[in-house]
Amino acid sequence: MTDTSGVAAGDELPPLSLRITRADLVRYAGASGDFNPIHWSDRVATGVGLPGVIAHGMLTMALAGRLVTGWAGDPGAICSYGVRFTRPVVVPDDDEGALVELSGTVSELTEADDGARVARVTITARFDGRTVLSRAVAEVRLPSR
Amino acid sequence: MPDVSFVGRALPPGVPYRVGREKIREFALAIGEGASVCHDVAAAQAAGYPDLVAPPTFPVTFTMPAIEVFLRDPAFGWDYARMVHGDQSITLHRPIHAGDDLVTTIHVEDLTTRGGSHMLRLRCEVADSDGAPVATTRALLVTQAETS
Repeated sequence: MTDTSGVAAGDELPPLSLRITRADLVRYAGASGDFNPIHWSDRVATGVGLPGVIAHGMLTMALAGRLVTGWAGDPGAICSYGVRFTRPVVVPDDDEGALVELSGTVSELTEADDGARVARVTITARFDGRTVLSRAVAEVRLPSR
Repeated sequence: MPDVSFVGRALPPGVPYRVGREKIREFALAIGEGASVCHDVAAAQAAGYPDLVAPPTFPVTFTMPAIEVFLRDPAFGWDYARMVHGDQSITLHRPIHAGDDLVTTIHVEDLTTRGGSHMLRLRCEVADSDGAPVATTRALLVTQAETS
């Protein structure tokens, strides 16, 4: 985002479509330290009643966060970020992976205690045509005008 | 049945976690975050940061392992193998950067059983080596109640 002075409620963020493959899950497991086997073993995943290996909820949250960091231009500008995990993202063992489609809207402009402008961004994350996150909201500090 | 007497308690703070440059780069790569301030020290410093900046969800890399130790403690009685993540929020009181030494204190906020599930609310307060608040994270964790 080169110029934030014109940011207004109702603005839409540039959408983002991402594919999550099994290789991404392995890489995220290593980087995050979350080695729960439901994120890499079909045997364990189906054993606990899942349709197959699912993405880490925190990976889906992190990918959805990129919609906002990419728009803001600075990951350090995010001052809060929260989501509810409503539906798992099932990641097949193929080269295509799972397609996650992200969009976002500036829902409100507020002011931080120090007077900085803060944009609240509401994020929508869809997999297989259905939302996988709800109440997904990030707050971004905007550079002073 | 998890031990409800933990509700309202703060667990003893963990050992300090040193935020490393390579860990930030590794995490950023894993989530596809290409911002220069996460990878290039000179770019981070040019943007006014002391060192590489961690992506917003980076705190889970040190808060979740601390939570896992607590949840695997038989004294608490949680079924870790069947746990799912209900919600997560992260508030950053300032950006986390490489070189930070961070101490996490877990607070057990709530534990309820409803509809065959145990629902556990945990809050992690993350502070730097001077005790100044850096981040607050909240998680709802859910596991199946025993069928007895």
